[in-house]
Amino acid sequence: MTQLSAINDFVIKFANINGSGSASANELFAKSILRMGVPVSPRNIFPSNIQGLPTWYEVRVNEQGWLGRRGGVDMMVAMNPQTWDADVKEIEPGGYLFYDNSKPMPASKFRDDINVIGMPLTQLCNATYTDPRQRQLFKNIIYIGALSVLLDMDPEAISQLIAEQYKGKEKLLAPNLNALKLGRDYATEHLQPIGLRVRRADNVGDRIFVDGNSAAALGAVYGGASVCAWYPITPSSSVAEAFQRYCAKFRVDPETKRNRYAIVQAEDELASIGMVIGAGWNGARAFTATSGPGVSLMQEFIGLAYFAEIPMTIINVQRGGPSTGMPTRTQQADVLSCAYASHGDTKHVLLFPEDPHECFDHAAVALDLADRLQTPVFLMTDLDIGMNQRLTAPFVWDDSRRYDRGKVMTAEMLEEGREFGRYLDVDGDGIPYRTYPGTHPSKGSYFTRGTTKNAYAVYSEQGPDYVYNVQRLLRKFETAKNLVPQPVLAEASKATRFGVIYYGSTSPAMSEAFANLEAAGTHVDTLRVRAFPFSDAVAEFIASHEHVFVVEQNRDGQLRTLLINELGVDPTRVIPLLHFDGTPITARFITREIQELTRALDAQTLRQDKVA
Amino acid sequence: MTYIAKPKLHHPALQQNAVGFTRRDYEGKISTLCAGCGHDSISAAIVQACWEMNIEPHRVAKLSGIGCSSKTPDYFLGPSHGFNTVHGRMPSALTGANLANRDLLYLGVSGDGDSASIGLGQFAHAMRRGVNMVYLLENNGVYGLTKGQFSATADKGSASKKGVANNDAPIDTVSLALIMGATFVGRSFSGDKHQLVPLIKAAINHHGAAFIDIVSPCVAFNNHPGSTKSYDYVREHNEAVNRIDFIEGRSEITAEYAPGSTVDIQQHDGSWLRLRKVHPDYDPTDKVAAMNQIQMHQARGEVVTGLLYFEPNAQDMHENLNTVETPFNQLGEAELCPGAAQLAKLNASMR
Repeated sequence: MTQLSAINDFVIKFANINGSGSASANELFAKSILRMGVPVSPRNIFPSNIQGLPTWYEVRVNEQGWLGRRGGVDMMVAMNPQTWDADVKEIEPGGYLFYDNSKPMPASKFRDDINVIGMPLTQLCNATYTDPRQRQLFKNIIYIGALSVLLDMDPEAISQLIAEQYKGKEKLLAPNLNALKLGRDYATEHLQPIGLRVRRADNVGDRIFVDGNSAAALGAVYGGASVCAWYPITPSSSVAEAFQRYCAKFRVDPETKRNRYAIVQAEDELASIGMVIGAGWNGARAFTATSGPGVSLMQEFIGLAYFAEIPMTIINVQRGGPSTGMPTRTQQADVLSCAYASHGDTKHVLLFPEDPHECFDHAAVALDLADRLQTPVFLMTDLDIGMNQRLTAPFVWDDSRRYDRGKVMTAEMLEEGREFGRYLDVDGDGIPYRTYPGTHPSKGSYFTRGTTKNAYAVYSEQGPDYVYNVQRLLRKFETAKNLVPQPVLAEASKATRFGVIYYGSTSPAMSEAFANLEAAGTHVDTLRVRAFPFSDAVAEFIASHEHVFVVEQNRDGQLRTLLINELGVDPTRVIPLLHFDGTPITARFITREIQELTRALDAQTLRQDKVA
Repeated sequence: MTYIAKPKLHHPALQQNAVGFTRRDYEGKISTLCAGCGHDSISAAIVQACWEMNIEPHRVAKLSGIGCSSKTPDYFLGPSHGFNTVHGRMPSALTGANLANRDLLYLGVSGDGDSASIGLGQFAHAMRRGVNMVYLLENNGVYGLTKGQFSATADKGSASKKGVANNDAPIDTVSLALIMGATFVGRSFSGDKHQLVPLIKAAINHHGAAFIDIVSPCVAFNNHPGSTKSYDYVREHNEAVNRIDFIEGRSEITAEYAPGSTVDIQQHDGSWLRLRKVHPDYDPTDKVAAMNQIQMHQARGEVVTGLLYFEPNAQDMHENLNTVETPFNQLGEAELCPGAAQLAKLNASMR
């Protein structure tokens, strides 16, 4: 029997039952490895369910720090009989199966080419605990204890984390530590060492471990959002919940104990976006968090906000499909529906953060951009970034930074006699001045409506007035190009005719694929697009490469369509490279696809050269 | 009418109110609605109420949905900011606006298509949230701008202009508002400004979700025999349960009425409402009784009007959310941003 051997480079997957308390134990496992200085990237693969359905937690341990999903499983912790067969099948040859052998299993349920490690978890629990809930919860900690021995993990790191978790709840501390010891003692006494090992390293640095939804919520707090209106929808609900948590901590007036924020759980997405628009119109920074189906419901209001030029921020944590589609799976499939959201000629600013660090940054930036540009701004994250804890650069805030409230005409400016036309382009950048309601007794009031207006917000159905306004909106969009986060270029070690464009949560897999390709002698330059409208650098990148692969996590190549449509790119030069089964894209997939595509294109060029 | 600019010149001798504005300062653009439209009378009532209450016009925000009624905010309070939102969604936009600045007076103008059909949900939820606003439903039972379709408030059996009978039960907006938690519910008639103006004033003074259903006949599509929202029908069937005297400030009520014929209610800010009872046993502060009375009058085919329900010590959304006194739109970095030192601590907790 071969045994997979690896130090600090393997994938371990936990197959659990939803609601069994496994999530916090599994997180403890991942964080313990981080505390040993070894990067990990865990991913929850979970059902739309609270209790009973299968759930998985896949942890990639990688000393080099690749945080994308690798694919393949080296060790399966199979705690769910419902998914046993599929789970066992998924293990790499020579890999390990860890399971509860309290009840005997027929030999047919195993494989010959994997290493089986049985441990009587249920028996141990039943012998130790009488309370059924304790039996279930501590079973999780016991297997973490056993794994820590098998993988040679530092028990101190785990105990320390448990102590931090139960700080102030000391009654729970001792039983947890006991369960951990129980697992460790059993493994030490009864189990054979295996080939996978965690070895202390120093590759985590000052990075933090946080999910993108919490990061975006914190970014909204730092960015000055005071109104959040939302409607629960997976995978975005934890944005509003985190905003609530952070506001309770940071936004309560210390003297009066009153809140400098308001969170309204609306009756639906139509109402949540309506509230955000009302607040934005009235000069507060406001946002909503939602997912694709929610954005669909908001369409009419988004159009109004675009034409009436009202600042607002929409955090779209993208998921797969509609209603009962794949709400708990990840995709980047709302790019077009957000870029062109609503009726009429509309285009919207989109930001594509790559990880929690950028979720924080971009959320704060989105609030500034919305005010500066007086328009809806979409923060396009997805389930993979939003709902998984990720190792990410620490959050940074410069205390000298000031909120950019954009062009707001004050009572003093009006009093000085400044001309006010709500939709008048005074600076040539397409951005007009606005006033907050209640500013001045006789100057600066206006009536907000859709498109039937002139530059002074007076009712008009005249064609030239309409054209003036919508042309100005295009100028404003042009202005936005230079204000949004600019793309990030990574050049291959050798000049190449191949380019790759990617965005958002594809980032960690792409970085790893880039290194793999370089090592294999396949050279590609890469450009990470961080926003729409596309800055000139995007067009230049495409122009300077013969073939550009556009890597996306959707079926239709939506960013590719946007590039073709907005930049007038020749469609034959931008080649879609798509992954859309709901699981996060992997470096293995990207590497393989790019190698095949470049080989085919090289062969084609060779043939063409011969013919010539 | 539409093309005539309204002259801005004021007669120098026009009377000013306590905050220095003439009544003309509370007017808006010239109405583009049909001559005789009930909605214009409501706009006039709003102008009168605000002027008499010494409200600075620019401290009012007026929001509306879509429809004839929702056009009217352009026709009153010119110095106020107005927002013509989308169909049926005035309540949510107003809720958000109110969150951003609690110091303004919020007038939400809506119609029966807007509030009873497409926006029924938003209407109901704004009431239950206690948004501090005056919600004016200009109710004519018909879709005017799309030329005469029934709305959801049209009475069962009432006939359209073309003689087609309506088969669906009407949505009774006042009962709905009451059930949904509105703390001020009234109904009036656009043709009765003596009732309407004090009712609007009392609603403005109310600290919470104030709802007034105003039957407002549509002269173009719903003012014929067979309609139950015509001028004639409403005049014949109007059954007022009380009359309001709104007394500003904390001054004593001096007018004399026969003993037992009035009820004085002190409001949250110390001001008084005097209700002259028309129906001696109608108590608008008793929610359950009010519901019964409304149903009873309506079962008799009456259009029941007046102050139907009133909770003098209502709580509004801001109190429920425990927000600061300072309007959110005046908070800056110092109040909103926790700063770099806190972020460093947070970073440390995430390792």
